[in-house]
Amino acid sequence: MSASVLYDAPGPKAVVRNRIYAVVGSLAIVALIAVSIMRLADKGHLAPEMWDIFNYAGIRQNIADAVLATLKAFGLAAVGSLVLGVLLAVGRLSDHKPVRWVATTFIELFRSLPLLITIYAIWVGFLTDYSMWALAAGLSVYNGCVQAEVLRAGINSVPKGQSEAAYALGMSKTQVMTTVLMPQAIRSMLPTIISQLVVTLKDTSLGFIILYPELLQTARLIASNTQVNGQYPYVSTIVVIGTIYIAMCLLLSALATWIEKRGRRAKTGIKVAPGVQTADIPTVEAVPGPEAGGAGGAGSTADGAAGAGVTKD
Amino acid sequence: MNVLLDNFPAFRDGFIGTVSITAVSSLIALVLGVVVAGFRVSPVPPLRFFGTAWVTLMRNTPLTLLFLIFFFVVPEILFPGMSPFVLGSLALGFYTSSFVCEAVRSGINTVPLGQAEAARSIGMTFAQTLQIVVLPQATRTVIPPLSSIFIALTKNSAIAGAFSNAELFGWQKLMSDKGYDIVPVFIWVAIGYLIITFTISGLFRLLERRMEVAR
Repeated sequence: MSASVLYDAPGPKAVVRNRIYAVVGSLAIVALIAVSIMRLADKGHLAPEMWDIFNYAGIRQNIADAVLATLKAFGLAAVGSLVLGVLLAVGRLSDHKPVRWVATTFIELFRSLPLLITIYAIWVGFLTDYSMWALAAGLSVYNGCVQAEVLRAGINSVPKGQSEAAYALGMSKTQVMTTVLMPQAIRSMLPTIISQLVVTLKDTSLGFIILYPELLQTARLIASNTQVNGQYPYVSTIVVIGTIYIAMCLLLSALATWIEKRGRRAKTGIKVAPGVQTADIPTVEAVPGPEAGGAGGAGSTADGAAGAGVTKD
Repeated sequence: MNVLLDNFPAFRDGFIGTVSITAVSSLIALVLGVVVAGFRVSPVPPLRFFGTAWVTLMRNTPLTLLFLIFFFVVPEILFPGMSPFVLGSLALGFYTSSFVCEAVRSGINTVPLGQAEAARSIGMTFAQTLQIVVLPQATRTVIPPLSSIFIALTKNSAIAGAFSNAELFGWQKLMSDKGYDIVPVFIWVAIGYLIITFTISGLFRLLERRMEVAR
């Protein structure tokens, strides 16, 4: 922490003061956690019986099924959103005004609406008996719009000379798009695309509301159907399910970071967008540049507004 | 049109519900986010660690799960009987605080190191450096990402509606339960949200223009 905008390298006095803050701060945090744990223990949430429920084969099977259901919806939504994203991005960059207009309206509308509203409307209106497809369709529509904006930013960041050169070689617009622009855009935006996929994965939990038996819905069912010591094991279930969610998301984020690092090493000359900051480096990092809210910000501030930053460049 | 006119009071309550939960949780997110950002850039390792853990946990937890935690776990720790509005705003505010924290942190980091060094070398105190040099520049950088964070917050507030809060999603649910056709209901809800999000982005654009300086 020697070089930071806010703090100079500490002198002897500051070192002492920082130590005091460190001790007081950690005490406060530990106290907060301890009080919470004590309160939970008082109410019997930490009793061994509460956690014993996860030893039953039935409940384990339920959780495994739920993870599978979550991954199924996520897989469908991931493929759907990427395909839709490519289509919409191409539509937005089309030479034909009506196509451009339709794509833009579609993107702007569904990106600025709450995902839950879209999913619910699709479920009630069209796919009442197929909650998985309703969830996947809603997620695809929303995330497709966000991915389209990410891809568009990627296409726009390819140097203009490349497409000019391709046209000069006599390539058609389709050829330029599929062989020159798209591959480079996808490659440079891969970290951002994957961090949007993390958002998609998190959003599968909205299936909870349309009664799709995914992880969260199952957690709720387990917690409200089993009674231990006259209480419902919400705390233990939430801890277990939460851990599973966080682990899945961190794995995907780690993939994004890994790809980003790999992309940085390759010398292809195209800048790779900064992906998620997995928050493993507590120190102040290098200046990310004035467009922190741009492509990079889309990854890290992601949730929902992801594309908004991208559009501005 | 009938859906709206026949159920206007409910729609109005829903709209006001969305606006108020957005406003309250924005405030929570802003305050908490700035505090956690302060932790994350502080020279005190335990606080920095706490900030990092906070952001990592909040950002990788689905908001729906966070809502479950706030409705079933937090009342056990604090006191039972908090209203859904309070619990919902807290869940939304805590979740969004991690995004606000990251925006503020990257805003502070965009201020060139030399500026603070120059300020210190002409003898400014910490408070002066912060007030005169760092914060005014950081604030300008933070405004655009904050705008998209608050728009995302508005959209996320729909989840509060599924947890017994009166807001626009709740209205959509009510209307479809009553058997109205979902398409017009969807359109009215969409318009309600668009009004709110356009207002937010308009306000932020105004703020941006106000604070604009040549750099």
